[in-house]
Amino acid sequence: MAQIHLEVVTPSGPVISDEVDIVTAPGVGGEFGVLANHAPFLSTIKTGTLSFKKDKQTKYLMVSGGFSEVSSNKITFLVESAEYGTDIDVDRAMRAKERAEKRLAQAQQAAEQINRARAEAALQRALARIKAAELSKQ
Amino acid sequence: MPGLKDVKTKIEGVSKTSQITKAMNMVASAKLRGAQEKMEAFRPYAEKFAEAMRDLSGGMEGSNLPLMEVREVKAVEIVVVTSDRGLCGSFNTNITTTAEKLMQKYEAEGKKVTFVTVGKKAAQAFRRSGKLRSQYNDIMGTFQMFNAREISQDITQQFVSGESDQVDLVYGKFHSVAVQKPEVEELLPIKPVEGGEEAAEKKETVTGAYIYEPEPEEIMEVLLPLYLNVQVYHAMIEVGASEHAARMTAMDNATNACKDMIDELTQLYNKARQAAITGELMDIVGGAEALKG
Repeated sequence: MAQIHLEVVTPSGPVISDEVDIVTAPGVGGEFGVLANHAPFLSTIKTGTLSFKKDKQTKYLMVSGGFSEVSSNKITFLVESAEYGTDIDVDRAMRAKERAEKRLAQAQQAAEQINRARAEAALQRALARIKAAELSKQ
Repeated sequence: MPGLKDVKTKIEGVSKTSQITKAMNMVASAKLRGAQEKMEAFRPYAEKFAEAMRDLSGGMEGSNLPLMEVREVKAVEIVVVTSDRGLCGSFNTNITTTAEKLMQKYEAEGKKVTFVTVGKKAAQAFRRSGKLRSQYNDIMGTFQMFNAREISQDITQQFVSGESDQVDLVYGKFHSVAVQKPEVEELLPIKPVEGGEEAAEKKETVTGAYIYEPEPEEIMEVLLPLYLNVQVYHAMIEVGASEHAARMTAMDNATNACKDMIDELTQLYNKARQAAITGELMDIVGGAEALKG
């Protein structure tokens, strides 16, 4: 099967650079899949889980905000953070989720926009981490 | 001639100082390695980002993205990035004087200037100026992206709400272990990145075929704040590496100065000792002469 080159780059260094069969990513307009020889494509990425398949094995990653570019059979993700589902500390993510939910509830009362946006982003990240970890376990 | 004991105590004191400066030099060089690794790791991200910005921003000149809005400049905000700690030679002073000169220039043009400082040394330098709007201390050691995000959100808010019409960034750029220079960059409004002929050509051939999701303008809306983060983060890690490099040099100089001082003091000590012995001998000889009578 034809393969596509996947690259995930974060500010703290490249996470993956590998030939894979298919990539599924959380685009802003919804999840999208990319196979080999996809047409040139540019999309923003929201916090969520990215998955790719190689040698009949599917791997999951948590990614947060950035964008992706597909050109000449290569897909590049530029994201602020990326973690393998297997590396995620679920307990910590759970705690972060609870914390974010609490803060969100408080911020709603005070109607503080910035804090709310921050808490929401933190909640999204925690949820994405938990999901990526759960998917990796299966 | 100073007393023997005084000189000896001084030698001991200086040699203890030199032990400390030597240790600090080694710590700084170890930390520099870490900071340089961070810089290396960040480079591919920054390069790819700049590339994407080049490809996208070309056709955006006429658009009304808030971060690219060019207004008449009445108020300038200067973001000054220095280290948290001193003992690194003139590194921080160079940055703050550059920022000060910039401030004087803008004020001479009749513009209002405010400061945002990152790192304790910058806060210390501008605390009394009355122009310090916000400060971020004790975040230089960790270099987390979310710190950079916090800062860029802060300055974005000021810019979008019209409190500032231009944002400049002053930081210490890491050229090499021996050379770090203050650098001034314009942060906001974000200018379309000039890619030269090559990029324009590439754009002609490639961009037409690109599928955008969502529309390019909307992508830019997401990308521009991220780009700002990248620039602030970049300044932070540059300053981090520069700080350790500057400290290494400063501590090396200090250790050498200590060595010179010890040499000088040892000479002085020997001279004093010789003088004491000579004095004693003279006494003995004088005594013997007197006995001979």
